[in-house]
Amino acid sequence: MPAHILVEFQPPIGIIRLNRPKVLNALNFEVLKEIVEALEAFDTNENIRATILTGNDEAFSAGADIKELSEATPVDLILRNQFALWDRLKKTAKPIIAAVSGYALGGGCELAMNCDIIVASETAKFGQPEINIGVMPGAGGTQRLTRTIGKFRAMEMILTGQSINAREAEKHGLVNKVVPRELYLDEAKKIALQIASKAPIAVRLAKEAVLKAFDTPLEEGLQFERRNFYLLFSTEDMKEGMKAFTEKRSAHFKGR
Amino acid sequence: MSYETILVEDVANIKRVTLNRPSALNAINDKMGEELLNILKQTDKDSRVRCVVITGAGRAFSAGEDVQGLRERYGSGTHPSLGDHLRKKYHPIIQLIRSIEKPIIAKLNGIAAGSGASIALACDFRIALEEAGLKLAFVGMGLVPDSGSSYFLTRLIGPARASELIMSGRTIKAPEAAQLGLVNEVVPASELDRRVNELAERLANGPTKALGLSKRLVNRAITVDLSEALEYEAEHQDIAGRTSDHLEAVNAFLEKREPKFSGK
Repeated sequence: MPAHILVEFQPPIGIIRLNRPKVLNALNFEVLKEIVEALEAFDTNENIRATILTGNDEAFSAGADIKELSEATPVDLILRNQFALWDRLKKTAKPIIAAVSGYALGGGCELAMNCDIIVASETAKFGQPEINIGVMPGAGGTQRLTRTIGKFRAMEMILTGQSINAREAEKHGLVNKVVPRELYLDEAKKIALQIASKAPIAVRLAKEAVLKAFDTPLEEGLQFERRNFYLLFSTEDMKEGMKAFTEKRSAHFKGR
Repeated sequence: MSYETILVEDVANIKRVTLNRPSALNAINDKMGEELLNILKQTDKDSRVRCVVITGAGRAFSAGEDVQGLRERYGSGTHPSLGDHLRKKYHPIIQLIRSIEKPIIAKLNGIAAGSGASIALACDFRIALEEAGLKLAFVGMGLVPDSGSSYFLTRLIGPARASELIMSGRTIKAPEAAQLGLVNEVVPASELDRRVNELAERLANGPTKALGLSKRLVNRAITVDLSEALEYEAEHQDIAGRTSDHLEAVNAFLEKREPKFSGK
């Protein structure tokens, strides 16, 4: 039973809520492990087609657990290898929608950026304040933020530690949608349900292809996309999807 | 908490805040800035408060920034950043007045000048004495309008009239201000208390959540286009529609009676 997160099954979606309100959902090894395990469980559960990752109204996550880190030596960190957990996070096959309210700082911002879609409450604040405590982002912040909002803005955020608010984040492409604070979870659910209604294998392969766009040169990326595209033609859902289209009715996808 | 420069009164869900340095025409010194911010923060979090009234003690609403304090700062040798002064002292106050999701009435008992005018203009309503007025006194000090006055004034009366008031720095008396839409209502001295109390009570007994959410819509309305405004309204209607006050209003309507709002 997870101690630091709440996991809800609401087929076809799953919801993971960080539940350490007293520490603004600070991330430590345990929390990350629980999040990763919940995501992996959803990945193998055929009734779940999309996941929402969220915190509470006050904070998505305000960052890493400083107490846990402050005494660590490089060897401690290598042996603890918590970035292995982040690597497993990255391998989630099904789409994850981050529903962010309040603070998404440091590791919290990096956690959100690991997701596929970000919905933000008007109150959301994104930042990489690691520089303030003498370190730097270590869980992808320097890479993902830069790829998302560009070198100059990322540089400013990372070197000054200053946060941006939800509307600024939306403007810079970090956030998909900004909604009133009462509705951020509902909006995330809306999007999750929309995606959950599509052909699951197509969703999985499309997500894979989109993520490849960062890692590979265009030619290779196009080849990867093409191979995934061909693969979908072996699915029943592809036949159903195209049949439904020509018959002018809604498709009924089975995930096969 | 006891305050030195403001008076605070809680009467039946209404928070009355009185700027209280009448011998200085309620000039806003740093202490008053702190105390005003403090009471506004408290008010924001206090769900028992459903309406706020801000006014001044004595014959003025507020003469604006305390110039004596400014001169002391210049006298110390280093030239202070007025911008930082604004960011630290006034911006949080102005932002809060706009973001507190309860109706805020400026009861203009007298002149509101400079940043005093800014505070009055930031409020949701302005009810003024005939003799009261607004004075964008900034240019007279060789400064620009601040604390939101350029923003609120231009939105309220348009660039042409705003420029006239800002560049002349003249006092615009309440009746002319009302004609321009700067003030909601002008009343004779004998009526000010009664009229403001009436309005405050009506608002304090209103559907506070809906009033507060409406404030968000009004804050945003000018900056977005129609589709965004429609979407923003729809989102907030979802929220308002879930309040008990909405259900109460629907029932009251169908039962042909007055609704009794709890503010939830």
